[in-house]
Amino acid sequence: MAHITGLDMHSILADTLFFPPERSTFAGDVDGLFNFIYYLCLFFFVLIIAAMTYFAIKYCARPGHSEKPSPSHNESLEITWSVIPSILVGVIFFYGFTGYLNMREAPEDAYEIQVYAKKWQWSFKYPNGAETTELHLPAGKPVKFLEQSADVLHSFYIPAFRIKMDCVPGRYTSTWAIPNATTGSGISIDGHQPYHLFCAEYCGQQHSQMRALVYVHEPAEFEAWAEKEANFLETKPPAEAGAILFQRKGCVQCHSVTGDRSTKYLGPPLNGQWGTERDVIPRGSSTPEKVMMDENYVRESIRQPMAKIVQGRKPGMTVFTPSLLNDKQITAIIAYLKSLKDEK
Amino acid sequence: MATITPDTQIDIGHNDDPNSNYLTSSRGFLSWALTLDHKRIGVMYLVGIFGAFFLGGVLALLLRLQLLMPEGTFSFISLDRYNQLFTLHGAVMTFLFIIPSVPAALGNFVLPLMVGAKDVAFPRMNLASFYLWVFGAIFFLIALVTTQLDTGWTFYTPYSIETQTNVIAATCGAFILGFSSIFTGLNFIVTVNTMRPPGMTWFKMPLFMWAIYATAIIQVLATPVLGITLLLLTAERVLHIGIFDPSMGGDPVLFQHFFWFYSHPAVYIMILPGMGIMSELMSVYSRKPIFGYTFIAYSSIAIALLGFLVWGHHMFVSGQSPMSAVIFSGLTFSVSIPSAIKVFNWVATMYKGNINLATPMCYALSFIFLFSIGGLTGLFLGALATDIHLHDTYFVVAHFHYVMMGGTVIAFVGGLYHWWPKMFGVMYNEFWGRVFCAVVFIGFNLTFFPQFIMGSQGMPRRYATYAPEFQLYHDLSTIGALTLGIGMVGAIAVLVISLFNGRKAPANPWGAATLEWTCTSPPPYYNFEHAPHVGSPYDYTGLKYDPQVGGYVRDPNAAPASESGH
Repeated sequence: MAHITGLDMHSILADTLFFPPERSTFAGDVDGLFNFIYYLCLFFFVLIIAAMTYFAIKYCARPGHSEKPSPSHNESLEITWSVIPSILVGVIFFYGFTGYLNMREAPEDAYEIQVYAKKWQWSFKYPNGAETTELHLPAGKPVKFLEQSADVLHSFYIPAFRIKMDCVPGRYTSTWAIPNATTGSGISIDGHQPYHLFCAEYCGQQHSQMRALVYVHEPAEFEAWAEKEANFLETKPPAEAGAILFQRKGCVQCHSVTGDRSTKYLGPPLNGQWGTERDVIPRGSSTPEKVMMDENYVRESIRQPMAKIVQGRKPGMTVFTPSLLNDKQITAIIAYLKSLKDEK
Repeated sequence: MATITPDTQIDIGHNDDPNSNYLTSSRGFLSWALTLDHKRIGVMYLVGIFGAFFLGGVLALLLRLQLLMPEGTFSFISLDRYNQLFTLHGAVMTFLFIIPSVPAALGNFVLPLMVGAKDVAFPRMNLASFYLWVFGAIFFLIALVTTQLDTGWTFYTPYSIETQTNVIAATCGAFILGFSSIFTGLNFIVTVNTMRPPGMTWFKMPLFMWAIYATAIIQVLATPVLGITLLLLTAERVLHIGIFDPSMGGDPVLFQHFFWFYSHPAVYIMILPGMGIMSELMSVYSRKPIFGYTFIAYSSIAIALLGFLVWGHHMFVSGQSPMSAVIFSGLTFSVSIPSAIKVFNWVATMYKGNINLATPMCYALSFIFLFSIGGLTGLFLGALATDIHLHDTYFVVAHFHYVMMGGTVIAFVGGLYHWWPKMFGVMYNEFWGRVFCAVVFIGFNLTFFPQFIMGSQGMPRRYATYAPEFQLYHDLSTIGALTLGIGMVGAIAVLVISLFNGRKAPANPWGAATLEWTCTSPPPYYNFEHAPHVGSPYDYTGLKYDPQVGGYVRDPNAAPASESGH
């Protein structure tokens, strides 16, 4: 901070008066444009008021003073003061619109968070399945907010990022930002100094209380936070957690849990199968053999789906490596499968 | 044209005759209630409008006091109550006060006098317009005392479809008020087009007439769209037609387009007449012809036309396409130029003048100060990148109050002080007039300047409770609002007191050259005994102060008004 010049110092003072801290990569651009307009306005305002005050004093009615003739119009003067402001507002328009287009187009690889607005609460859904009512973000990464509203208009507004977008029922809207600083360190929110998130579009009774807090973490800490937040395995009974995973990991698309054996499902049904024997064709073999559906069989079928194919089915299941589905999650899914009873 | 002699031109002789005065020419309630006289209708509007202004002002003070504390000052104002208060403050101020303020009250009184006519083109329609205003106001009061509207004055869907409050009464009120506004506008268009006296060409009209004319065009063209929109909203609520309701396939953003297609031009309905008053005041009190008459006249028309093309700037974050946002932003900047031209011209008018700092001029100078801030802060909101941050914050609240209140209301009060001697034939106390002008000026800035800062800091508007870090700005604003309230009440009190003890006003106390000052104060029922001579509206060369009369009289020996008056 040793290199602060007088001008920087001045703009810092102006910033602290007019703005919350700049906490996204947009904020600098927005504040820069704001300051440009601000000094331009200040210049013209001082000019107008100085001229007005000077004339009001100099030509004030008093004994011995009377009006003097002067031209009542002057084409070149009037054209000058029409054209110069036109050029200046053209410049403002240009910077306003280029800055705006940057704010509208999120990069392809942006981390996408789904924003759900309803009277009068925000909820946020992360790609790994975590769901929260306060917003958590990784620093230094582009984050796209895909917004939906369940009822009336709301508006997603984070002053520190200088972004705002209405949430409109019946359609998707989006905005994005790159947070450029963390609010603190650590996975837990203790010690963080979060930013405000406001609802900026009037939405009824508790509009003014439809606020949330925004926490920005180091990327690695954010990963850990998101993992922990998504990790409902610790908190729910294993069978219930397994049911959630069975849905979320897409198992449900190929495996019926209602005994449906039709080809609508690529894989075999999984209800009522626990502890029973089934005919499978081992890899490299062409003769079926019997296998008991137990913990190790299920684990093997998830980690190496091609090892034993149920007779009559085609191999085609995704290989779930530990990064896609870890051992704890497999344990939960096993608990879920145990709980599935045969359909009457 | 009849030969004009100096003492018929300034009808001093008739001042003593009670029958020659429109206020005293007939008596009784019905003589007012059924009057077709534009002057009496103007006075009735004035009373009604100030009633609405007082109501809206009390609501505003309650809001400001509630915001002294982050969680609310008074326990009797719940969140719902707060939402109702700001809705009614906005709706009453917009529909009942500021839209009819200058055109219907001052315009009605002054415009026919300015054209040297006996009345407006359609006097019965003029009276109907007033009664529509009264009925509209009754519907608003019904919404106020029954279920209490809480949609904001903007009635945004889908909230306005599902709220249990009396949206229908309020929309009916606004619908009826719309017709009141259309009637006034239509009347003025026809009056200006057909009733100008011989010799008053378009470019010899006073600029107030240009402004009222431009306003009337917007009133007639834009207001029907509001009417249709509000009918659709009512149909949506009652019949569930599914045009705005997303649960039935409607589009809530469509409502915003319809609404702002009227309501953006409507802000020019509000400000243009104020600008018209400014052009009169700056010239008369500087005793100089208005600088750049043609540019000011054309800029009024330019504002009226361009004003129709910028409604989308209220919707930069609404979900409209980025392309339309960019186009609307560009068009928005185009409308800023005519306003800037006017301000420069007003200041240039003072050059080498003989400036009389009477109360109306004090208001005019306040206008230039406040309107400049209001106009310049519009640049932050017109620029897309900065608007994303500032939209729906207190920055916007401060911006439009600087334009609407610091602009229109200040010009309205200044105009009222200017024409008061003509309207009621009495002079007010100049000292107290200026004192309260200063109180209003200080109170206004203290109220609204802190709102710019808290807005850019991120304080959203329409919040009943707020984060504690904004408290300092809210408290300053509340102190300012109380000061402003005292100033406004004082300013009106000075005028009302003058009715009882004011010195008798001469025909032309300010030395103005427009035609309304050639009849007595107050004007006789028939306005002019003889058709007045039309000169340049801003040529002051022949007007000399006569201490015996206490006002200005036209010097019969002066050279005839020069043709190059502008």
